[in-house]
Formats: sequence, structure tokens, C-alpha cells
Amino acid sequence: MEHYLIHNTLSYPILSVLVIVPLLGAGVTLFLKGDHAIKAWGLLVTLVTAALSVPLYTNWDFGTSRYQFAEVTEWFPFLSLNYVVGVDGISVLLVLLTTFVMPLCVLCSWTYIKDRFKEFILVTLLMETAMIGVFVSLNTVLFFIFWEAMLVPMYLLIAVWGGERKDYASIKFFLYTLLGSIFLLVSIVALFIKTGTFFIPELMAHEYSFSFQMWIFLAFTLAFAIKIPMFPFHTWLPAAHVEAPVAGSVILASILLKMGGYGFLRFCLPMAPAATVYCVPYLIFFSVVSIVVGGYLALGQSDIKKLIAYSSVGHMGFVTLGIFLLSDDGIKGAMMQMLNHGVTTGALFILVGIIYERTHSREIDKNSALGMAMPVYVTYLVIFSLASFGFPGTNGFIGEFLVLMGTFKTHLVAGGFAILGAILAAAYMLRLVQKMVWADSDGHGHHDDHGDDHGHGDGDHHALFDLNMREIGTLTFLVCFVFWIGLNPKPLMDVMDASVTQLLHQVGDGMKSIPGGEHGSGHHAALMDMGRQIREWVAMR
Amino acid sequence: MDIANTPSLIFVTTAIPMITSILLMTSAKKPNLRESWSVIGAVLTFMSVMNLLPQVLAGASLEHTFFTLFPGVSVKFRLDGMGLLFAGTSSFLWILAAFYCVGYMRGLNEHAQTRFYVCYAISVGGAMGAAFAGNLFTLYLFYEIVSIATYPLVMHHQDEEGYEGGKKYIVYLFFTSKAFLLTGMVLLYIQCHTLDFDASGIVNGILPEGANRTLVTVTYLMFLFGFAKSGIMPLHNWLPSAMVAPTPVSALLHAVVVVKVGVFSTSRVMLSVFGTRLLHDTGLGMFTAYFVSFTILAASIIALTKTNLKARLAYSTVSQLSYVLLGVAMLTPNSVTGGLIHISNHAFSKITLFFCAGCIFVASGKKDIKEMGGLGYRMPFTMVAFSIAALSMIGVPPVCGFVSKWYLALGSMDLHNWIILTVLLVSSLLNAGYFVPIVIQAFFGKPLPEDEGATSNLEKNPLIMFMVVPLTITAIFSVIFGFYPDFFIKVVASADTGFFGHIIKGIAGL
Repeated sequence: MEHYLIHNTLSYPILSVLVIVPLLGAGVTLFLKGDHAIKAWGLLVTLVTAALSVPLYTNWDFGTSRYQFAEVTEWFPFLSLNYVVGVDGISVLLVLLTTFVMPLCVLCSWTYIKDRFKEFILVTLLMETAMIGVFVSLNTVLFFIFWEAMLVPMYLLIAVWGGERKDYASIKFFLYTLLGSIFLLVSIVALFIKTGTFFIPELMAHEYSFSFQMWIFLAFTLAFAIKIPMFPFHTWLPAAHVEAPVAGSVILASILLKMGGYGFLRFCLPMAPAATVYCVPYLIFFSVVSIVVGGYLALGQSDIKKLIAYSSVGHMGFVTLGIFLLSDDGIKGAMMQMLNHGVTTGALFILVGIIYERTHSREIDKNSALGMAMPVYVTYLVIFSLASFGFPGTNGFIGEFLVLMGTFKTHLVAGGFAILGAILAAAYMLRLVQKMVWADSDGHGHHDDHGDDHGHGDGDHHALFDLNMREIGTLTFLVCFVFWIGLNPKPLMDVMDASVTQLLHQVGDGMKSIPGGEHGSGHHAALMDMGRQIREWVAMR
Repeated sequence: MDIANTPSLIFVTTAIPMITSILLMTSAKKPNLRESWSVIGAVLTFMSVMNLLPQVLAGASLEHTFFTLFPGVSVKFRLDGMGLLFAGTSSFLWILAAFYCVGYMRGLNEHAQTRFYVCYAISVGGAMGAAFAGNLFTLYLFYEIVSIATYPLVMHHQDEEGYEGGKKYIVYLFFTSKAFLLTGMVLLYIQCHTLDFDASGIVNGILPEGANRTLVTVTYLMFLFGFAKSGIMPLHNWLPSAMVAPTPVSALLHAVVVVKVGVFSTSRVMLSVFGTRLLHDTGLGMFTAYFVSFTILAASIIALTKTNLKARLAYSTVSQLSYVLLGVAMLTPNSVTGGLIHISNHAFSKITLFFCAGCIFVASGKKDIKEMGGLGYRMPFTMVAFSIAALSMIGVPPVCGFVSKWYLALGSMDLHNWIILTVLLVSSLLNAGYFVPIVIQAFFGKPLPEDEGATSNLEKNPLIMFMVVPLTITAIFSVIFGFYPDFFIKVVASADTGFFGHIIKGIAGL
């Protein structure tokens, strides 16, 4: 077990602290009184967690694919079940994404949430514990506990603070995710029976028969395809997004969806490599369908939140496409796409929340022609919209370009459809921007105000005051990431480099267990060929 | 202090317009200050570009990388003659346009003037960046910045027509850039593992020996159609619709900056990415030459049918832009010279024509050619400038348009290609066909019944003077460059001394 891990050498057990601080914070919330105190406390706890997570990056060892900052404690010795946490180049970025997005979730709810503030902060902090827990667990039981622990707080976020159809949306979310969890649990138990361990790196190293791989691959894939979500399992997402409060949408888009991609990379690829390669054509097909269908549906939406929700389906299609290319570009592109989507779509949902607080509507038509009244808001809207459809120089371009590059190298037709998705992305985002900033072509919301001075309100709208300092601060923080990742992605790419190489190594090695003849010689030869290519690539490194 | 040798000085040319845009935003409430920023920014930009001229003439090659995204994909600036010619032309004309804008925008009492000036400055900054881009990614970045920054300018009037024009504009530009340009970049990166331009000149290109011909052809076509700003048919339709914008936008942006970013980018990709040798060997060069010949003729024929002055000018632009591509596509030293200097020559003449159209509109409210009878006597400077620029478009010596056409014709004769020579001649006739009637109408045509007897000079108003002076200057420059074309040619030829060898010798012999 030890040679998979590099033990934590910081002065505090960083990963456990990151999991426990929000939990303790949630406990303390119970004893606080007054909305302001609770708000401030929530912000403080999330900020402290974010600050405590910084050493993950500053003390990162770039040269290794082993799990760093690891901690091992005995838990249930009779099942050889230990408490093991650790992060590699893939999960560390997602942990950092989580810790940095959470303070923004509190900030963007500052005035959005009107009642039950105590419960809101409590649920949000519990959510943070569970999410960080999922990313740091190196033990399938621990992973599953945290995975399930996310379910109830998220359900509550939608069901308590949600919009008009919150009951429908929250139940739908709950049932879909629960369905996925059942398959997850089945696979975890099956893996334990087969190998006698819950320790993830050992499960990855173990070789399974092809038919066993197929079974666990299908079960895992179903669980993660629902989570990410991949067509045709995507229908819970728009419902949940539309009804969730702004913080709920941000958590959902920025972090929860990433669990699906993370699951593919952590379980499917390394544990069932032969099955993965066998299923690649189907998964690429569904990824491309997600990209195109997500983009196409987004184009027709009149509700801003729904539009962004469908755009998420398209973006996540790029993620799964990248993952199942099984190449260096593809997986790195998928990882970058996940981080970028976390930043950009999170910001877009915050922007929707801001405008909803002012006009009490999420309809595009009722929020059009804001250019004159809210110039600062509009500036941020334009920046994040451009980032969302992959404008060069912004973060969106990085992931999109890497995934497209990987796709065009091996799957020309899929690449063509992915480009179609990129065009649709530009189309729906620009349509949104045109309507919100100016007006639509029907002249709706047209300003008669032909003066040159900015910043005065429109008679149609309620109080259309521009952004306050809290909102500007929240968004500026995210804008920094848009351009930092967009112009200098190398630090992040370096973090994941060793782990991605290791992952491809595992997949390449695992290809040896594809049985001969069983699936017809042509297909079989193609699979072996792909395995050989991956192994050659890894050997070159 | 030898500051001129600092490579990052290239970046200054892009930074000044961008900084100007911020200053413009902060002085929204003070129109005089705002317009001064615009002029100061333009002058400084031009000076910073001219500052680089000695380096180019000395054959120095400067480059500077700011950010590296992936190996071979970076934000990188590089100085060469081709970029300098484009940047110098655009920034010089920005100075004149900045004055012109004051007259036009105040003369018509336009709304949202701050937004107008800010977007205007950003567009010019984008063009500067594209001119000095050292690789395809940087070019793409600034190309897209120009698209986004000009979008509000096209929709400036915020009426039905403005929104429709803006929608068409953005759909054409973003569809092509996403569908073709992005794909082209990805395909190119897969083949070359870099997006950097070839530093050695314009002959070799960056594609490896023995690259798959089919893939090379597909990649090339992606770029040819990806840069839709070049107005190549069938992707030209956005340009006439963009004419709903205020005239200073049509003048500087849709006759100089935006469309020239398009042809400049296409030429850049042809010369610095594919290289003349590969284009010659694969026949893609001649394919492009024939392809754009169609645009040259078809756009001119459409122009004949338009009676709205700006629409006629727009189609004339579509046609003239393809001259640049035609010259580059013929791949001979003479034709490439002719094509590239046409970037400047067309800029000076066409901006004059648009300036005149705007001036006529502000002074007399006329948009349609039929209404302009006898206008030459009421706006003498404007109509004389118009006539000079029209002669340049037709290619009559000694106005600068003649020089480009001369070199293009020489190029076609080098190739012994009578088809292209015929295209050039027929197109000149067509140009005469749609420009001469305007001049005749202005000086000899009958005024409209309601204008009968009105003899007052329309150019006396001080605001109108803000427009008449710039257009007079650009007309004068059109003539000067017709007499002394060797300056431009020298700048262009510095791009690859081997390729342009005999042209350089020719200039030295003069």
C-alpha cells in the first residue's frame, strides 16, 4: 500500500482538515443567532478552508503520479478497511476548485437567500465537506459515503430554497442520482468480493477478466453518466438548475457535474481498461450527441438558466469526449474543460442570480436591453459568455482546443460534430448576449434613451441598479481565472501531467487482457492496435 | 538609450489603442476631452508604428513571446514589412478618421458616442495586434477581438435594420471562424506541432516535407473560407449589411481595418504558413487566383446595380479586396508586391470615398446617387476628392490604384496567363462603369426639383470642415503614392529578400 502514497509532511493533516473544517463550521452554525452573524460565519469558514487548501498547490510535487498529502489511519481492521485520503494530479485540481468556489457560493447568496439563512449555511457547509471528501478519498467505502452524503444537502438546497417547481426538480434530481448510486454501490461491493480490498490504487493495479471488467464498467458508467450528465441521462439537469437557488446552481454546475468526469477517470479507465477501450466508440458517440443536442437545445431556450444548463450538457460532452479519446491531449483537455466549466458556468449562474434579484425574472425577454442601465454587469456578462464558447485568450479555448486536437487526430467525423457543437455554443451565447445587452430584433425593450450618459434606469424594469462591490469582487475573482488559465495554462497542465501519463499507462497495460477471437477478429485487431499505440506513447515519455 | 531595439515595443502598438479605449470610457461625460483622447491615441499609435520602420528597412526581425499556452501555441508578436505596411496604413488613417468622427458624430448628434469611440479604438488595437501577430493563434485572437469590438458599431443605431445587420455580421464572422478557422488551426497543429509563422521568409512555409496532400488541401481551404472578413464570395454578404453602421465605421473599419484584417490574415497564412513553394506545387495558388477572380467580377457587376452610394461602395470593396488575394495567389514576386501594396493603396482611396459619402450625407442628407445631381458645385472639395479616389479605384495613372494594378498585370504576364489579365482589364472597365456615372452626376447631372436654385456652399460649416479636411488629405495621399510607390514596395519586399530580389534591385536602380 505504501508505495502508492507520499505521506503528508505539512504541519497539519491537510486533507482531513479540509474535510473537517466545513463540518465543524456547520456544527457551530447551529449555535449562532442573527442572519448577519451566520452569513459572516459561513463566509469565514469557506474562506479559511480555501486558505488552508493553498499548500496543496504550493507544496505540490510535480514529478510523481503517486497520491500526495496522504494520511492512513486504521478504521475497521477486520475488513482491512482503512481511512485513506490522498490526492493525485487529477483530484487535487478539483479539490482546489471546490474550496475556491464555495466562498463565492456564500457571497452570491448574501441577499439572494431571504429566509432560513441558518439552515442554508449549514447545508452549504455540509455540502463542501462531502464534495471535498469525494475527491480525496482513496477508499471505495469512504468515497461512497461522501458520494451519498452529497445527495441530501443538494436535495435540500433545491427543495427548500428552490423556485416554483422545486418539488418536481428536487425529486427528479434525487431519484436520478440515487439510481446512479445503486450501481456504484454494486460495483464497489463486487470489486471487494473479487479482490478483498477497498483501497483504490490496489483496485486499479489488479487485473480483472474481460467479462468482469465489462460488468463493472457498465455499472460505473451508468452512475457517472447520470452525474456528468451524458445524453440520454441529462434531463434531470435543466430541471434542477432552473429551480435551484443561485448557490445551488453554482455548486451543481461548478463541482457536482465534475464528479462524473472524475469518476470516469478514477474508476472506469484504470479499473476496466479493456472494457473501456471496447466501449470507446459508443461513448464517443454519446459524447458527440451530448455536445450537439445540448447546444441545439440551448439555442431554443427563453429561460436564461435553462440555456446555461443545456450549455453544460454540451460542455460536459466535450469532457467525456476528451476522456474517451484515451490520449494525452484528450484527457488533459477534458480536465481543463472541467475546471474551466467550473469557473465560467459558475460565474454565469452568479450573473443570472444577480439579474434575478433585480428583475425577479429569468426570462431573456424580460431582461433585455441592459446595456445602458447596467454597463458593469454587461461587461462581465460579455467576458464570461465569450469564455463559455471558447474565445481565444480565455480559459474556454484551452479545453476546447485540446479536446478538438485529440479528436481530429483519431476520429475525424466526431471532430466534425464537435466543431458543430462549438458553432452552436457561439450561436446561443451570442444570441443571449445580443438580447440581454441590446434587444432582440423585434425591438423589444428598445431604449428611447438616446443620451450619452450611462447608468440610469429603464422605466420597464424594477430598480435596475448596477453591481455593488460584493458582486464585483465575486466576479472579478473569477475573471482573473478566466484569463490566467486562458493565457497561461501550463502550471495546471503540469500538475496533472504525471497522473495523466500514469493513467494512460494503466489503460495501455490493461489492454493486454482483451481476450482473443471473442469479438471477431477485425474489431479485436483494432482494439489491440489501440492498446499498442497507447503503450508506445507512454513508453516515449 | 536604445529603446527601439526592445522587442516588446511591438506590443506597444497594440497597447496604445487599448489604453486609449479605457481613457475614453473614463471621460464619457466630457466630449471634448474624450475626442482629444481619440486623436492623441491615434497619433501615438501611428508614431509607435513608425518607430519600428527603421528596423524593418534594415531587415531586422524582432519577435517577442508573451504567453505560452501549449508548445507552439503562444501569444507572440513579430515584426515584418507586411505587418508594418498594414499597421502603418491603419494607424495613419485612424488619425484622420478620429477628426472625421468628431464632425460626423456631432453633426448628426448621434447617441452613445462614448461606446462608439471605445469600440472604434479597440477595433484598431485588434488590427494592430493582427498585423504584428507572430503566430496563427495570436492572429486568431486579434481577428476575433476585431469581430467582437465592431459588432456594437454595426448595431450602433439600435433599430430594426441595425439589429438585422448586426446579426448577419456576427453570424457570418463567427460561423466561419468557428467552423473553418478553428478546424484549420487544429488540423495545422496536428500536422506541424506548432502554429508559429515561418521565420525564414515566404517561400518555405511550416508544413513538413511529404505532408498528406489531401489534408494540406483541406487545411488550406479551411483558412481560405475561415477568414470571412476578406469578403470572398460566397461569404461576402455580411459586408453590405454592415453598411447600416455610421459612415466613419464603414470608412475606417469596413474599408480599411476589418476587411483588411481579413485579406491580411489570408495572405499571411498563404505566405507564412503554407509558403509559395507548397502553394505552387499543389496548384492551390492558381486555384485561389481563379476563385477570387470570380469575386472580382461578380461583385463589380452587383455594384453596377446599386444606387445607394454606400451599398455601391461596399460591393466595390468586396471586389477590390479580392485583388489583394489575387496578387498573393499568383505567387510571382510582381503579383505578390502588387497584392500587398494594394492593401495600402485601396485603403487610402476607399476611405476617401467613404468619407465623401458620409460628408455628403451629413451636409445634405443624401444617400442615393440619383439625388446627387449638381452636388459637385456645392461641395467642390468633397466631390473632387471623390473623383480622384474613383480614378484610383479604376486604376488610372498617376493615382495609387494604378500602381497595384500595374504590378498585378505584370504578375499575370509573368505567368503568361491571359485569363487573369482579362479579368483585370474587364474589372477596370466595370469599375469605370460604376464610378464614372457618380462623378458625371455630381458635376453635370440635374439637381432634384427641390434643390433647384440652391447654390449655397455646403462645406462652410465648421463641423463639416472636420470631415472635408481629412478626406482632402487622404485624396492627396492617394496621388502621392501614385507618384512615389517605391516606399511601400520597399517595405513589402523586406519580407523575403530572396523572393523579391529583382524588385528590390529595381527600386535601387530608380
